[in-house]
Order: sequence, then C-alpha cells, then structure tokens
Amino acid sequence: MALLEVTGLGISFGGLRAVDDFNVIIKKGQLYGLIGPNGAGKTTIFNLLTGVYKPTDGHIILDGENITGKKTADICKAGVARTFQNIRLFSELSVLDNVKAGLHNEFKYSTFAGIFRLPSYFKNEKSMNEKAHELLKVFELDEEADVLASNLPYGKQRKLEIARALATDPKLLLLDEPAAGMNPNETAELMDTIKFVRDTFDMTILLIEHDMRLVSGICERLTVLNFGQILAQGDTAKVLNDPKVITAYLGE
Amino acid sequence: MKKIFTKDNSTYIIVILAYILVEVLINTGHLSSLMKGLLVPLCVYVILAVSLNLTVGILGELSLGHAGFMCVGAFSGAIFTQIIGDSMNGGLRFFIAIIIGAVVAAIFGIIIGIPVLRLKGDYLAIVTLAFGEIIKNIINILYLGVDDNGFHLSTQNAAALGLDPDSGRIIIKGAQGISGTPTNSNFTIGVILVLITLFVTLNLIHSRTGRAIMSIRDNRIAAESIGINITKYKLLAFTISAAFAGIAGVLYAHNLSSLTALPKNFGYNMSIMILVFVVLGGMGNIRGSVIAAVVLTLLPELLRGLNEYRMLIYSIVLIAVMIISWSPTAKAFRERYFGFLFKKKKGVS
Repeated sequence: MALLEVTGLGISFGGLRAVDDFNVIIKKGQLYGLIGPNGAGKTTIFNLLTGVYKPTDGHIILDGENITGKKTADICKAGVARTFQNIRLFSELSVLDNVKAGLHNEFKYSTFAGIFRLPSYFKNEKSMNEKAHELLKVFELDEEADVLASNLPYGKQRKLEIARALATDPKLLLLDEPAAGMNPNETAELMDTIKFVRDTFDMTILLIEHDMRLVSGICERLTVLNFGQILAQGDTAKVLNDPKVITAYLGE
Repeated sequence: MKKIFTKDNSTYIIVILAYILVEVLINTGHLSSLMKGLLVPLCVYVILAVSLNLTVGILGELSLGHAGFMCVGAFSGAIFTQIIGDSMNGGLRFFIAIIIGAVVAAIFGIIIGIPVLRLKGDYLAIVTLAFGEIIKNIINILYLGVDDNGFHLSTQNAAALGLDPDSGRIIIKGAQGISGTPTNSNFTIGVILVLITLFVTLNLIHSRTGRAIMSIRDNRIAAESIGINITKYKLLAFTISAAFAGIAGVLYAHNLSSLTALPKNFGYNMSIMILVFVVLGGMGNIRGSVIAAVVLTLLPELLRGLNEYRMLIYSIVLIAVMIISWSPTAKAFRERYFGFLFKKKKGVS
C-alpha cells in the first residue's frame, strides 16, 4: 500500500524550473533514497513535501489525504516530519526540551493550565517526560538530557534532530543528508540507527544522501534527480548500475 | 525529586526579602522620603522589565513600543477610576482598574501584534517604536468628557465636547491629561503585582506554551516543521507582555494624582530604558530583569551626592556589568573563584 504518492510535482522560481514532473510512490515501511548532483532539486522536493514551498503543479497524497499546498505545521500534524541539511535544533533549549517541543501536539494542555499549574499540567508533563526519555534512550542521549542542545557534539546533534522529528509521531520521516560531515565509523553507526528506527517505529523513511555506501547499504529503492528531473528510478542495485546515472552523477 | 531552591523560587525569595527589608526600614524611620517616593516606580519598572523580557528574551523579537502599552493601561485604568469616582470602595475600584488596564492593553497588543509580528528584526523594532509614539500622541490630543447624556469625545478642545454645564465633567483634558486620580497605589500592592507578574511569566516559560515560544525564537523553520503554530504563539507572547505593561501603567497612574502622556514617561526614552533593564539583566533571564530594574533605578538616586559625575558613573556601571556578565575571561574568573556558590552543571562528555 502506498503511503506517499506524488504525481507531477513541479515548482518554478521565476523563470527557473527547479523541480519538474516529479513522481514517486513510497510504500509503507520502505527505506527510499533520493540522490543526485548538487543543485538537482533534492532539498527543494523536501521543502515541497513539508509545505515550506507551495508547489506550482502536482499533487502530494499522504496515506490517502491530499496535503498539497498545506501549511508546514498542518503537514506535520498530518504525519510528515523532517530533519535539515544544516542542523536546526533549538539551541538554547536543553536536549530534553527539544524533544518535548516535538511532543507539542501529542500531549496538549492549555496555556491557562500551564500558568496556574492545574492537574492537566502535571499529568501531561509527566507523560511528556517519560516519552521524551524513552526516545532519548533509543538514540543514547538520555545521559545528556539536561545539556543545552548547542553544547552537544555534532554527531549527537544529528541524532537529536532525528529524535525530535520522531517525537511528532510521523508516518513519514524525511532525512536530509543525515551523514553529512560524519566519519566512516559514525556513518556506519548511523546506518544501524536508521534501520533500527525503521524497524522499531515501523517508519517509512525518505532520505537524501551523497554517501553511496549508506545509500547502497540501506535504501531499498532510489530516485536519481538531475536538473530537477527524474533521471532514473527503481531498485537500488539496478539504478546504481544504470549507465545514465553513472555518467551524470556517480562517475566512471 | 523536587528542588526547593530553584532559580525560579530564588527570584520570589529575593523579592519577598527585599520587601521585608524595606518595610523594616520604613518602620524604623531609616528611609528618606525621596526613597519612599521611589518605591512604587520601582515596582512599575520591575513589572515592565519582566514583561518586556517575555517579548525580547523569550519570544526573541525586539519591541521598542513597550511604553505605548503602559500608556494605554495607565489611561484606561485612570479613566475607569474617574468615571466610577467615590461610588465604589477604593480597593475594589483599584482592583477592577488593574484588570481593565490589563485587558485594554492586551487588546491593543492583539491589534498591533497582528500586522507587526509579520515583520522581523529591525523592521519590527521600528514599527513597534512608531506604534508606541502614535499611542502617546493620540492620547495627547484627546478630550473626553461625561455628562448625563453619556460620553463626549473630541480631538480639538474642551469646548468642542459640548458638555452639559451642570452635570458635565471633563476626564481627559488633552495634553493636560487626567488630574485628580486618587492615589491608590502603594508599595505593598506594587510588590504583590510584581509577584503575580513573576508567577505568570515564570510558569508560562516552563510550560508547553513557553517551550513553543522559545522554539520559535531559536529556530522558526524547525518550530514550524514540528507542528507549532508560529502566528498563534508569537501573538500570545506579545499580548501577555502587553497586558503586564498595562498593569504597570495602572499602578503608575494611581501613584500620582495627575497623569499626562509626556515623552518622559510614555515615550521612546521610556521604552529604551526598559530595554536597557532587560539587556543588562540578560535576555531571557527573568531574575536578571528584576535585579537590573531595581539597581538601575536606585543607582542615579544613590549617586545624587556626586552631582555632575552621576551619569558618568552610571554609564561606567553599565559597561562594567556588560563586560562582567558576557566576557569569556570574566566568566572563567567567576567560575574559578565563585564556582562553589553555583551548583555544578552536568558537562558534556
């Protein structure tokens, strides 16, 4: 069953056609890769999927619900969470509070209850803390729960961003270059984490990545993008051996 | 594992201890009349500094129109007191005036916040500055009177109100403002209002709403991506901030018998002064705002004996505090010699 169905997606910035006729079908539980040279429009597609940009054409259907052109916050509520290419954490909040901010829409109580410390405040804060610690444990961050997010080492910041995205209880997780700036050991560890997240949370993941070892190691299907258009699409092994892909992106 | 001596609780304790100290000084006759006159303005400034910190430090938007909201609160509260007059018990009337001041300032906060909060950074600062001045200047040309037929409003002069000569009474007399407001404010009420402001602000910050507001400050795009409604929380923080400025205004208006909208009390200078309290106390640091407001209000008075060197020392203190609180060398120095005073924070491995 298709979780995400994108048809004819396109966007123009003035005269520039950044993404043109992008189609993809991602099945539930799939690990899907989006690769291509710099400036091919990969991050633009993420921004279209999460409502940062409004698409000029096309439709995005998530789990049967049309989310085309909705606001970012509403798309998040519909079940799409993401991480960013350049890490965007809440730097002045603690690690725990970063994750609790992600739980914003799951455990609700009113501002009034928050100010006057009504029972709903204590009840929800308690469940929030439990859930947040659970998530932090998965990413081995529970030791650093009280540390400011900006004081975390780089690799852990990447992990925290994934934890925060998962806190919103998404159906689809978008990872924008999760291995950027990581050494081979960290990348190998990250591959395990991504697989683990997919298996434990029963998550569907779409990721952008330049590290071919990671892509060939964990992605089941791939789409290769070049100049805003689909160059190749299909099973990972087949796509990576496609002569067109080798010429345009991978190199001989 | 509840800690009693948290940073929040220490803020309340500092305020209460200061109150007890001042009361003891008053009762033993050790406080000059000049200082006694400063007590209510001190509370006003503390409330203003704490409430502005909510916009500047917690929401992260620079607002230079805070005195405008104080002005709205002051006048709406004073108008209510004038209209009711002696037909109501003074304490109850003052209580209602405070609520009216807060509500009217909050409404202005929403009205101004909706267009203004679309802007960012310097643009937002300039537009809030303009709104603050507009509010002050409109009140300066306003004439309001009441008689048996109801309210009369004019922007020309008192005669244009066309009041009934027998029952007519002028409430706002243009640039002369409102006079004859009963002085209901006193230090005890001021401190209670300070504590209420602290209670609401601190609890707000440490709740789901506060986290949402601070996440917008730290990264707007990421906040949106985790499903936080940016517009709603920005407006909420701005409105609560305006409401407390309104409360400070009512307290101010009922401290003096005559209330005029001068550049000195509701103008641009006032907004900047509150901002200085906030910046000096540390953005986002509520306890710092309280201390900075008190110290910087008392300092010019305590240095009065030094005559012309007064402002010189004032500015040197400002610079010294900025260096001591922010410079990395000074921070390292503090940690080395006074580190035992602070609880050890868990470091990064």
